[in-house]
Amino acid sequence: MIHYDRHAVHDALTHPHGPPGLPATMERIVADKHAAQSQVPWQELRARVHAIKEYAIANLAWLLVEFEKQFSARGGTVLWARSADEAAAQFLDICKHHNVRSVVKGKSMLSEELELNDRLAAAGIDAVETDLGEYIVQLAGQKPSHIIAPALHLSRQDIGKLFAAKLGIAYTDDPQALLAAARTRLRQRYLEAGLGMTGVNFAVAESGTVVTVENEGNQALSAAAPPVYVALMGIEKVIPRLADLPPFLHVLARAATGQKLSVYTHHFLGPEDGRTWYCIIIDAGRTNVLADAATREALYCIRCGACMNVCPIYRRVGGWAYGWVYPGPIGSVETPQMIGVERAGELPFTSSLCGACQGECPVDIDLPHQLVHMRRKAVARGAAGKGIERSAFRFWARAMSSLPAYRRAIRLARFGAGLSARIGWKPGPLAAWTRHRDLPPIADETFKEWWERRA
Amino acid sequence: MALTKPCARMENVAAPRYASGQRVALFLPCYGDVLFPDVGRAMVTLFARLGITLEYPLDQTCCGQPAFNAGHWDEARTVATRFAHVFDAFDWIVVPSGSCGAMCRVFYPTLDPALSAIGGRVYELSTFLVDVLGVVDVGARFPYSVAYHDGCHARRELKVGDAPYRLLRSVREARLVDLAGSDECCGFGGLFSVKFDELSASMGERKCANVLASGAEVLVSADSSCLMQIGGMLARDPATRPIRTMHLAEVLAAT
Repeated sequence: MIHYDRHAVHDALTHPHGPPGLPATMERIVADKHAAQSQVPWQELRARVHAIKEYAIANLAWLLVEFEKQFSARGGTVLWARSADEAAAQFLDICKHHNVRSVVKGKSMLSEELELNDRLAAAGIDAVETDLGEYIVQLAGQKPSHIIAPALHLSRQDIGKLFAAKLGIAYTDDPQALLAAARTRLRQRYLEAGLGMTGVNFAVAESGTVVTVENEGNQALSAAAPPVYVALMGIEKVIPRLADLPPFLHVLARAATGQKLSVYTHHFLGPEDGRTWYCIIIDAGRTNVLADAATREALYCIRCGACMNVCPIYRRVGGWAYGWVYPGPIGSVETPQMIGVERAGELPFTSSLCGACQGECPVDIDLPHQLVHMRRKAVARGAAGKGIERSAFRFWARAMSSLPAYRRAIRLARFGAGLSARIGWKPGPLAAWTRHRDLPPIADETFKEWWERRA
Repeated sequence: MALTKPCARMENVAAPRYASGQRVALFLPCYGDVLFPDVGRAMVTLFARLGITLEYPLDQTCCGQPAFNAGHWDEARTVATRFAHVFDAFDWIVVPSGSCGAMCRVFYPTLDPALSAIGGRVYELSTFLVDVLGVVDVGARFPYSVAYHDGCHARRELKVGDAPYRLLRSVREARLVDLAGSDECCGFGGLFSVKFDELSASMGERKCANVLASGAEVLVSADSSCLMQIGGMLARDPATRPIRTMHLAEVLAAT
């Protein structure tokens, strides 16, 4: 069962350096975002992209078919996958069909859902991540801790040590030198690779084009250098028209990194002669999000990371604590829908429901309300809130349902508080409270008692 | 195809105005009755000064939020439905809590559409004073420096905006100081505070550091729950122990 990892939380909070640099980094990114969004009519753009996504998600069925038609007309082949397993199998089939031994990968969180690196390795195919952050994380044998900045959890000293150990270079923590070392190695891989893949930021239905945004140039090389290209695309990535794209480009880069625009915006128009293109359109649990009207908006997500950047929980524990591909508030909503409420356990409860995430979301996704909804679902399915908690809330509902019962509960609480003080033991929740803060005493005279005396 | 939003927030809607003779009920948070009775007494004092007799239906208990946020919606619905009966006779229901206010105004329609009407009559203190009564200066005097902590539900769900700040600026002799990160969560979050107590405390520590840096003698908020978290932590550190926490109602009731 995947669940929010309490040990990871404890380790992150008690790390000798705190969660390494994370809060300060996140604050800087959010400040940059605010500066960047102040240059444009931000609320209008948010409303605009929200409306386009609302339309696209409500019309997925025919938009995806239209995309398939147009992508095919450009000479590409569309494959449809219900699950991550099916998509991975299709990917491996493509590799087999084209005798691929080496793969270059542009950044794709969906490929993490597919566990593609492990599966390729198991099939004897050598795959390398070409996004610098992903490359670092792959070298370290780790998983990304942030969807935009996968190696966010590592300092440049950490990366220097890693490169010295894995790439055989002399230790340096100079970012330019580290970048050069990675670049030299990756350049060769593009030329050798039999297949390149990338994720998809937007799939334009009317034109059948795939749009990706990036800062490093590795996606272009991954797509264009090898003879075979595979785009991995979640069903939610389709937008109706090319004219719908500009507002997304405005908000995505600003929300993700505080840039006005990503360094590159690629429109992949179709294969040149002698090259083969595939697009695997993947559900992998997205239709579960779609089917639940209360969480449907989560599919509007453009994977910018703003909700995690501002989340006081994410800032303290980092991405791994969430246990699956998508951390932060959006992950706590989507993960249970995509991989199963039971498997996700307590994930929707990993929030104080402060709502900062929605405020930062460039698509204005109502994450706090969706978290509350997913909590209900978790409890209804028995994934959380069982046993003592369930009994306690039943007792609570009875105590809150009549004045005499309420008064009995107050008397019981007073008795319990006295007893607890005498024997020096507190029940779990009270012990957890007083571990960090004082608890106000139960008043000698409650407001109700005062009101009655006064009347 | 119309998409169903889970809950509609009530924003940008001009509040109706109180007319003399209408009945105004005081709703106190469940924990407030037992842990913070002074806040209720301050509400009575404050409204009496404004010429409004608050009624207090003695049968009231809770709005249902603890169970709602914990995912136990059947239990929450039982308690919320009872809330609707208890407060049915009133034109206005005013609560010294942004969190309980948000539960009623924003989340009741999600819990049960039949509760929308009663939820819409519930107002958090600062919005009731500023928007419904149209009062900013309540005639208070409070000779201390104060910092204000924005409760998340008041700020983001109820969109109370600058109402509490306008009220505090009108308090005689009070000096409102800036609080860095005033809109950041204090870490309370209901059961979150005990389910993920280390995280909650880490958030609270940051809040306390900002309160200390503000130089305020008194930290004010519109939610006793935030104050329970922040005050409970301020009290643990000798450096911050002298800083008092007070509910907005208590400051506005002071003369």
